[in-house]
Amino acid sequence: MYFQDLMLKLLEYWGNKGCTILEPYDTEKGAGTMSPYTFLKALGPEPWKVVYVEPSRRPADARYGENPHRVYQHHQLQVILKPSPDDIQDLYLDSLKAIGIDPSKHDIRFVEDNWEAPTLGAWGLGWEVWLDGMEITQFTYFQQVGSINCDIESAELTYGLERIAMYLQDVDNIFDIKWNKDITYGDIFKKAEYEHSVYSFENADVDTLKGLFNTYEEEVKKILDTGLVLPSYDYVLKCSHTFNLLDARGAVSVSERTNYIGRVRNLARLVAAKYLEQRKEMDYPLIKREGQ
Amino acid sequence: MSKKYLLEIGVEELPARFIGDALNQLKESTISILEDERIKYENIKTFSTPRRLTIIIEGLDEKQEDTELELKGPAKKIAFDEDENPTKALLGFMKGQGVDISSIYIEEHNGVDYVFARTTKKGKTIEEILSLNMPKAIRSINFPKSMKWGGKNLRFARPIRWIVSLLDDQVLDIDLEGIQVSNITKGHRFLGSSNIIIENVDNYADILRENFVIVDQEERKEIIKYGSERLAKERGGNIQKDEKLLDEVTNIVEYPTPIIGRIKEEYLSLPPDVIITPMKEHLRFFPVFDDKNRLLPYFITVRNGNKDFIETVIKGNEKVLGARLEDAKFFYMEDIERPLESYVEDLQKITFQEKLGTLYDKTNRVQKLAKKIGEYLEVGEETGKNIERAGYLSKADLITKMVTEFTELQGKMGMEYARNSGENEIVSLAIFEQYLPRFSGDDLPTTTAGSVLSIADKMDSIAGLFAIGIHPTGSQDPFGLRRQALGVINIIIDKKLNISIKELIETALYIYVEVNGLAFDYDIVKGEIQEFFKGRIRNMFIDMDIRYDIVDAVLAADIDDIYDMKIRANKLNEWLKKEGLSEILTAFNRVANLAEKAVSDEVQRDLLNEDELELYESFYSIEERVEGFISKKEYDKALDNLVILKDPIDNFFEKVMVMVEDERIRNNRLGLLRKIYNMMIKICDLSKIVNK
Repeated sequence: MYFQDLMLKLLEYWGNKGCTILEPYDTEKGAGTMSPYTFLKALGPEPWKVVYVEPSRRPADARYGENPHRVYQHHQLQVILKPSPDDIQDLYLDSLKAIGIDPSKHDIRFVEDNWEAPTLGAWGLGWEVWLDGMEITQFTYFQQVGSINCDIESAELTYGLERIAMYLQDVDNIFDIKWNKDITYGDIFKKAEYEHSVYSFENADVDTLKGLFNTYEEEVKKILDTGLVLPSYDYVLKCSHTFNLLDARGAVSVSERTNYIGRVRNLARLVAAKYLEQRKEMDYPLIKREGQ
Repeated sequence: MSKKYLLEIGVEELPARFIGDALNQLKESTISILEDERIKYENIKTFSTPRRLTIIIEGLDEKQEDTELELKGPAKKIAFDEDENPTKALLGFMKGQGVDISSIYIEEHNGVDYVFARTTKKGKTIEEILSLNMPKAIRSINFPKSMKWGGKNLRFARPIRWIVSLLDDQVLDIDLEGIQVSNITKGHRFLGSSNIIIENVDNYADILRENFVIVDQEERKEIIKYGSERLAKERGGNIQKDEKLLDEVTNIVEYPTPIIGRIKEEYLSLPPDVIITPMKEHLRFFPVFDDKNRLLPYFITVRNGNKDFIETVIKGNEKVLGARLEDAKFFYMEDIERPLESYVEDLQKITFQEKLGTLYDKTNRVQKLAKKIGEYLEVGEETGKNIERAGYLSKADLITKMVTEFTELQGKMGMEYARNSGENEIVSLAIFEQYLPRFSGDDLPTTTAGSVLSIADKMDSIAGLFAIGIHPTGSQDPFGLRRQALGVINIIIDKKLNISIKELIETALYIYVEVNGLAFDYDIVKGEIQEFFKGRIRNMFIDMDIRYDIVDAVLAADIDDIYDMKIRANKLNEWLKKEGLSEILTAFNRVANLAEKAVSDEVQRDLLNEDELELYESFYSIEERVEGFISKKEYDKALDNLVILKDPIDNFFEKVMVMVEDERIRNNRLGLLRKIYNMMIKICDLSKIVNK
């Protein structure tokens, strides 16, 4: 199965299960969880079902395009089901069938994994899902997001698309994945991997980045004071990515690291609280009421 | 007729490490429910898989025994009218209690006649008891981490999706946040039915087996153990005992099928730990060894399922292992491009603890402290050099790629890389041994250099963290300081090191001032660490089956030389088994009580009267001998001599008034008692011994 078909099949599957199919959110981020379609929507009492692909940037994982498994940017397919349905595990396993993985022909395991994102003040309990020993999905029941307890627990499914594709196509190198019949993953991303590696590890200007972080941080607070949630959240994401770059650049000492993480978490908390306030004022428009 | 009850809590995959304890809790709370409700039973069995916790109670009473009650009603004079007919008051009472006139009798109470009713209270049925209490038993299960789901007012490690509650062949309804309760369970996720009706409690295990679930954890464990051993044997190898891994694997499968795969030859030239660690820690594979303990190119893993399509599963697992080992190989090859020594300077980049500096600082301190300990123990020049070198290299591996990726390899990689860099074997081994013991019951260092380095590393952490106010409290001990203190104590006792723990503490603290310029209240911190060690020693000696009062008696005396304390505790333990000691203890108790009030232990002989002189002379007659035995650590003999003072002490207290007006006389008498006390306290504080 080609990479693009893998994405399409999963989008289609979850779309048929009632998820809204969305496009990636256009600000740099380290994981699908950071999209406002997950981070903000997981808060409060409103239901939400969504599926989207999220290109995710992790500067520290960059390897100049030389490592067969690790890359600067990979693709997550993210599903949020809020509230989590009782048969969520079965729904998930059926999604594997949809991409040609018959669980009875493999060894599928739910292995304890307690997910935590310190910069987001978010954590949950769940599993890594193993396919014959390989982790292919992160499965989490959110308990807290933006340092706020979840009113309704969302189930988050994060598929590691590259790993699944490598398994399905039986290739040992991520750059050998066939995107479609004509073009490989390497054709599209190998150069980008190299350039981003050089930038993240060698070229990124530390002072500029530190300055940017401060500016973005100020901007979050300023915008938030005017009551605008989404624009301020965009700058939280920018803070987070800037910090990731600094970290990859080796410009952050251990104690500074804790400090930066704390600053991003604080911003995320402020935005989360403001979002909840706003939704309440709007009388939670996504809650379907009788007669509507 | 007795009954059987089955409760199965159906869950989404529970973390393996929680299952055993959760099952125990369920059993314990069920037992206490049955005891509280006076219900007899013959037998309780518990079963578990990742997807279910099950309890089966056999030979259950059908109901509680009935109880006889005597109920007090209205006074006789208002209960009956003039014609001896029941009044409304009595009729109301009878109706309220559900009794008729035949149960009524009269009895005097505080001089007044009252109506009483004799009645039998029906015992509650087992149905009532279980349906009311089993939900409580489920709720009471405590997990290290738990979650909420589906808006339910309930916490569990993972969501509960079904409950089977069956009394013999009948569903017994219970109410747990609206979760479905029935006689329907689920089999293996992919091989079994998800709609299995359990007709009867007795069928439970068999019907699940038909659906590819082996519900008895012990049976699964045997299958894994013997199946894996057989596979290993077929390849001329064997599996090393690893209960932890075996238990974990047992708790992540419902229908185990051990399978064997190959490790590519190209990885086998790596150090065994580099291969084994990712196998065990990340993939839960069992490594296979030959009879000379060499790693063979195989791994064993356990499929959750049967043998169908087993080749696909093996191939997949081989591929995953390949990717992991490729990473490990990459890290290892990068690491050995430089000698271990060259990593030391880089430790300046890593914080040990914010207020305690970098790992480079820690290296300096550990090296200094280890050197001092070596000098104190008079280890000699060569060992001294080895200790210093090992101290210098002790933390270097923490910055290598391999240890960054697999932190549990700290020390092991240090040893490996030290050998690679041409360090001598003692130095290399000491780098590994500095972390021993890693857990309760772990190996202790085998070399002097390793022992010294291990004590230095642990004392440094304890001293520094106490100095900045991070103490273990209650269940909070994030740096594992209790374990580290126990490690220090164990090494000292095991290696029979005569080393002063007080001096160790002082030196470790002083080095912080020297290296880090750390500011703290020296006397307070020193006192706190001493108390901390006392607490550890106390627990440890009590665990060794030494009476707690003996431990306290020894701890009251001195906490300097731990090895010596153990000798004293053991001797005292033996010595106290002698007959007739109770009076002796009473005598020393009186001495200890008054000795506290003494201003000094000076005694002027010319101020003593005849009765005092007897005690004085007796004391001097034994003093030298007792001191002699103490210095030879023959504490039992010292005690034998000390008890010679018993009669003189009794006589002294009978004839002499200690607390007299005259200050000179009073202090002289107190001084004499203080002298005796000071000698006793060199062995132990006998007044702490509980007089039986």
